Amino acid sequence: MTAATDMSSIPGATPIVRKTPKATFDLVFRNASFAAALLVLVLLAAIMASMVIGGWPAFREFGLGFITSSVWDTQNEQYGAWPAIVGTLSTALIALVIGVPLSLGIAVYLTQLAPAWFKKPVATAIELLAAVPSIIYGMWGLFVFVPLFAAYVQIPLSNIVEGMPIVGTVLYSRSPSGLGIFTAGIILAFMIVPFIASITRDMLEQIPSVLRESAYGIGATTWEVVRHVLVPQAGVSIIGAVMLGLGRALGETMAVTFVVGNANRLSASILDPGSTIASRIANEFNEAMGLQLNALIALGCILFFVTFVVLVIARLLVARVKRY
Amino acid sequence: MRKIFVLAAVAAGIAGSAQAADITGAGATFPFPIYAKWAEAYKKETGTGLNYQSIGSGGGIRQIKAKTVAFGATDAPLKGEDLTKDGLIQFPTVMGGVVPAVNIAGVEPGKLKLSGEVIAQIYMGDIKKWNDPKIVALNAGVTLPDANINPVYRSDGSGTTFVFTDYLSKVSAEWKSKLGTNTAVQWPVGIGGKGNEGVSASVKQVANSIGYVEYAYAKQNKLSHALVKNADGNFPAPEEKAFQAAAANANWSEQPGFGISLNNQKGADAWPITSATFILVHAKPEKPEEVQAALKFFEWAYKSGDKLASDLDYVALPANVKDQVRNAWKGVTDNSGKPIF
Repeated sequence: MTAATDMSSIPGATPIVRKTPKATFDLVFRNASFAAALLVLVLLAAIMASMVIGGWPAFREFGLGFITSSVWDTQNEQYGAWPAIVGTLSTALIALVIGVPLSLGIAVYLTQLAPAWFKKPVATAIELLAAVPSIIYGMWGLFVFVPLFAAYVQIPLSNIVEGMPIVGTVLYSRSPSGLGIFTAGIILAFMIVPFIASITRDMLEQIPSVLRESAYGIGATTWEVVRHVLVPQAGVSIIGAVMLGLGRALGETMAVTFVVGNANRLSASILDPGSTIASRIANEFNEAMGLQLNALIALGCILFFVTFVVLVIARLLVARVKRY
Repeated sequence: MRKIFVLAAVAAGIAGSAQAADITGAGATFPFPIYAKWAEAYKKETGTGLNYQSIGSGGGIRQIKAKTVAFGATDAPLKGEDLTKDGLIQFPTVMGGVVPAVNIAGVEPGKLKLSGEVIAQIYMGDIKKWNDPKIVALNAGVTLPDANINPVYRSDGSGTTFVFTDYLSKVSAEWKSKLGTNTAVQWPVGIGGKGNEGVSASVKQVANSIGYVEYAYAKQNKLSHALVKNADGNFPAPEEKAFQAAAANANWSEQPGFGISLNNQKGADAWPITSATFILVHAKPEKPEEVQAALKFFEWAYKSGDKLASDLDYVALPANVKDQVRNAWKGVTDNSGKPIF
């Protein structure tokens, strides 16, 4: 026995006696943790309330037209949120369409297929990507990605599709600058991949290996194991991870502001510049006064609402997946 | 780049000396580099520091109205009735120019000539190609490509946009009625870059683009600029003496608080897109000693700051305007009604 653990050898030390638990401690602890939980609700309500109050003059002035109108005219104090709402949803959607398959591929490869020596560096790289500040993504996007995208994708593509019906409308850009809704979606995809990939990887790793082994035992191929054993097992968590990524994509501000092109108008082409709710707030908040400030806060309120709806949909999806 | 280094150095200096009785100010981003540079020199000479937050002109106006700072700074001057209403006194500090930056394949820097009317039509989307007859007519001997014009504007609310749109409103009636003058307008075409750096990055990278930036910024980042036809029909080079020429011909007492526009002023050498930046203080401040310290700082800047301003490509005010400002400072009084300067 070492001196450190031998209490009786230290002069003056009293032997530890198990005391009867006191109900008061339990009560205090219970109330303290309840207060902590309540604080979240109060905070949320306070944020919501201040946004509704701050945005109220804009909602009152324009009514439902605030959501459906496409005008954003600081000169004549006319504000409408529609292009920003569309921009927010479309950039997030593009990010998911590109980012989710990529993340799932990474996660499956890392947990099922990668040789051990390769796993660690890739896993660390993914976690590092998650730690890169969004402004760095924005600068990298603007200075490195955008010129390459313009030169090798947008300009050739615009030349090909010019004048074609539908395709020519959606993919042609009058100013092939590399900046636009689609570029913002790609940058967002890079930003959400680390989140979705690392959560999914953790989930897949937690699936008991006996499940996999028995599937292989009855002659399943790797694809069948992934498709019929792993994905259903981790399904709920994967949806949760995707929703977390979507949450980031909807609210991402700085990176998007750099690459989205910041045009307060709607365009039929996804390669044209646009704006998102977050980018518009970031652009205009500093100089906004009066009704414009109210309109920006109202935009924030709408973003809050959109995120809330997305979370509700996620809950419903999870509930459905759980039933099977 | 040089501005950024100055900023970093001065920001570090200001942060380190925050405990001293610093002068507090907030507002416009355009003059921040020169205010920072002045503050550095002033601190060395007098020991009094300046804590200036460059939060934008709108923020500066808000802060001075809320009385949280000794002075507010704005690029877009307040109108006389607003000054009276809030009991504010307004005066200019330095001037600067706005230049169109261009990136056109095969056109040498400084060779392209534009008129205000043509720039307005480009930004309204009416002129779509660089070889439009209206542009060709201004540029005999320059081969212009058959390419779409990519206009670039400031996406954030900005004093630079205010100056630029004020100029376009002066030269184009259509612009005035459709888009008007503001720190942000409803741009019908083009892409938005955040800050001067966003606009210049886009102009550098996007072929066949045109943007507008502060002259100091264009010069330090070696952006290719276009020449703009002035009120006398000349195409002066954008440089210090052209901005001074614009200021010399202006009638500064025309508007209360010196809130005149230097855009499109007469004068053979006057650069057409020029502007001053302004300071706001309360006429009857609650803490007169704070405002007194601020006025002392600006008096020092008027006396000893011209060289520093010119180093950073700002333009000092003409001497007679400085005298008019000093006269206006007599309107700032303490509680007993005695002028504090």
